[in-house]
Amino acid sequence: MSFSWAKHYEPKSDLSKWIDERLPLPRLVYSAVGAGYPVPRNLNYFWNFGVLAGFALMLQIITGIVLAMHYAPNALIAFDSTEHIMRNVNWGWMLRYAHANGASFFFIVVYIHIFRGLYFSSYKAPREMIWLLGLVIFLLMMATAFMGYVLPWGQMSFWGAKVITGLFGAIPLVGEPIQEWLLGGFAPGNATLNRFFSLHYLLPFVTAGVIILHIWALHIPGSSNPTGVEVKTESDTVPFHPYYTAKDGFGLGVFLILYCLMLFFAPNFLGHADNYIPANPLSTPAHIVPEWYFWPFYAILRAFTFDFLIIPAKLLGVLAMFASILLLFFMPWLDRSPVRSGNYRPLFRVFFFILLADIVLLGYLGGAAAEEPFVMLSQLGSAYYFAHFLIILPIISKIEKPKPLPYSITDAVLGKPGTGMAGGPVLQPAE
Amino acid sequence: MIRIGAFLVGLFLSGWLIVSFGVGAAAFISEPPKETAEHAFHEEPKQLTLASDGPLGQFDRQQLQRGFQVYKEVCSACHSMRLVSFRNFEDLGYTEDEVKAIAANWPTQTPSIDPATGEATTRKALPADAIPSPHANETAARAANNNALPPDLSLITKARHGGAAYIYSLLTGYQEPPPELATRFPDSMPGPGLNYNPYFANLNIAMANPLGGDGIVTYSDGTEATRDQMATDVSAFLVWTAEPTLEKRHQTGWAVIIFLIIATGLAYMSYRSIWAGKKH
Repeated sequence: MSFSWAKHYEPKSDLSKWIDERLPLPRLVYSAVGAGYPVPRNLNYFWNFGVLAGFALMLQIITGIVLAMHYAPNALIAFDSTEHIMRNVNWGWMLRYAHANGASFFFIVVYIHIFRGLYFSSYKAPREMIWLLGLVIFLLMMATAFMGYVLPWGQMSFWGAKVITGLFGAIPLVGEPIQEWLLGGFAPGNATLNRFFSLHYLLPFVTAGVIILHIWALHIPGSSNPTGVEVKTESDTVPFHPYYTAKDGFGLGVFLILYCLMLFFAPNFLGHADNYIPANPLSTPAHIVPEWYFWPFYAILRAFTFDFLIIPAKLLGVLAMFASILLLFFMPWLDRSPVRSGNYRPLFRVFFFILLADIVLLGYLGGAAAEEPFVMLSQLGSAYYFAHFLIILPIISKIEKPKPLPYSITDAVLGKPGTGMAGGPVLQPAE
Repeated sequence: MIRIGAFLVGLFLSGWLIVSFGVGAAAFISEPPKETAEHAFHEEPKQLTLASDGPLGQFDRQQLQRGFQVYKEVCSACHSMRLVSFRNFEDLGYTEDEVKAIAANWPTQTPSIDPATGEATTRKALPADAIPSPHANETAARAANNNALPPDLSLITKARHGGAAYIYSLLTGYQEPPPELATRFPDSMPGPGLNYNPYFANLNIAMANPLGGDGIVTYSDGTEATRDQMATDVSAFLVWTAEPTLEKRHQTGWAVIIFLIIATGLAYMSYRSIWAGKKH
């Protein structure tokens, strides 16, 4: 992205000139996150969450690599090796709890980051690629987290793996062969555990690669902002360093306090007691549930109870669960409003908060038992979810009357009233 | 194009869900699900306060030693504790010699190999050994307990919803089944080899009341060994076995939080000073 007023890297010392001629890494850092990257001056705290997500990934990688030095991915000793880490390895308890709660906080941060994207329409042109890459990161995170939860080989690890890999069996014709191929057998066993460990180690680094593309794609148009009006002049921006390095540093401190409160004082609050029971293929737990961050999707999966013509309910549930994430890929083309920010879209705002409440409800239902009235409520909640993105949003984005936009970010910051669409409409993406 | 396709997919998914809801709701209204015995008679755990509760929690080592005594004299006959080693008991306040004695005098011996012949045999435990299981294997355990497997107790307070409070309630919850159970849910009456306990998930537990009365154990520190006292002490002990590093976790937590509050405060002041005067 070429804001003409961006400062350029100018090495002063002999050493920095020497490095710059041979490997311009300091130059790259300067223009990516340093004083050479202009950012809108009016970003609110919802813009902190990207950096927090990157930090959470780094935390997971570091704690994960050290845990991997002591963990044994063999079905006979995996559970015991985890307890060995908790009891015998110096600070092992801290590493384990850091990694387990780190996964939860990674998802909390990423969900807020995604909801920011939905509210402020960060997915609109010219930022569609950032959004698509972000969804790829989200899918990778979910795969990584699912496989990671299997590794301690507790009751929930085993039975959760059984349920989710069982979904592949729902695919007609090729389903069962695919399921056996994934599992390395007929049921989750040592082969499954070993390969899940290998992939769990690999995927975070794939995720890191996609994150680099995600940030690269962001730096082409630059950051959006809460008004949704694009940057016009220098006074709309501030250099990333020191303004946002300082704000992100503060945000990181707040995040770390909340994270450490959970890690040190309630480390098992988000977990399930059954995972402290060693896996037993002959003993099915009363309620099989995944970790909390999968609960909305689990609710959608379990909401389908009736076959539709030739499609069995199980397959419908699987397709709907995948559809619930895949439909997000189409957001730039479903939401046709020329206005980005929900702050200026009163009708959209109302439905956005209904969606938020709906997803929280689905989350609660996903962790509940598969009984009435929870199943009925999941059916209503899931129906609203699909209706919101696929029916409601395309319609209201066409018919709503947005509030007048400020002419520029500077005007918004100085408190000047809006002047209608002079802020400039969003470029319509090609169909 | 995309919106038309999205509209149709949305119509199908939401539509089918509404239809499913309708059918389910009709079934629910016409034939409401019957109340189960568990729903009617299961009780939530009683309140239990331990010294280790809360962010300032620390173990009461006297209580842990009493709890250990209860485990050793009552529970270890059937329940293994294979994740705890004898050397861990120094954490309870025992000296090295006391730990050696506890290990050597443990009722069950540690499986071993005769160095001369290679035959399987047993030997006295050393502090480095884990607590040996009272049964040779799962089959032996089930054979001795009416086909029920006594769970390993190392992690039991973390492996059950309700934690230590659940264990305490279970141990003190044995009672005669109420007459309403026999009339409303005769199938849920305890059969042969089962005992009624409303704190247990399905009301009937294979374990007989292990703390049948007061004074089963004579505490070495002279505390009166009522049922309640023994149940509380062994629950506290089981919190320790599940998480021996609890105190260190709390202490480290306080140090980290205090550091972070100061550091975040400084970061905040730095943020404000950098942005001072810059309207945003």
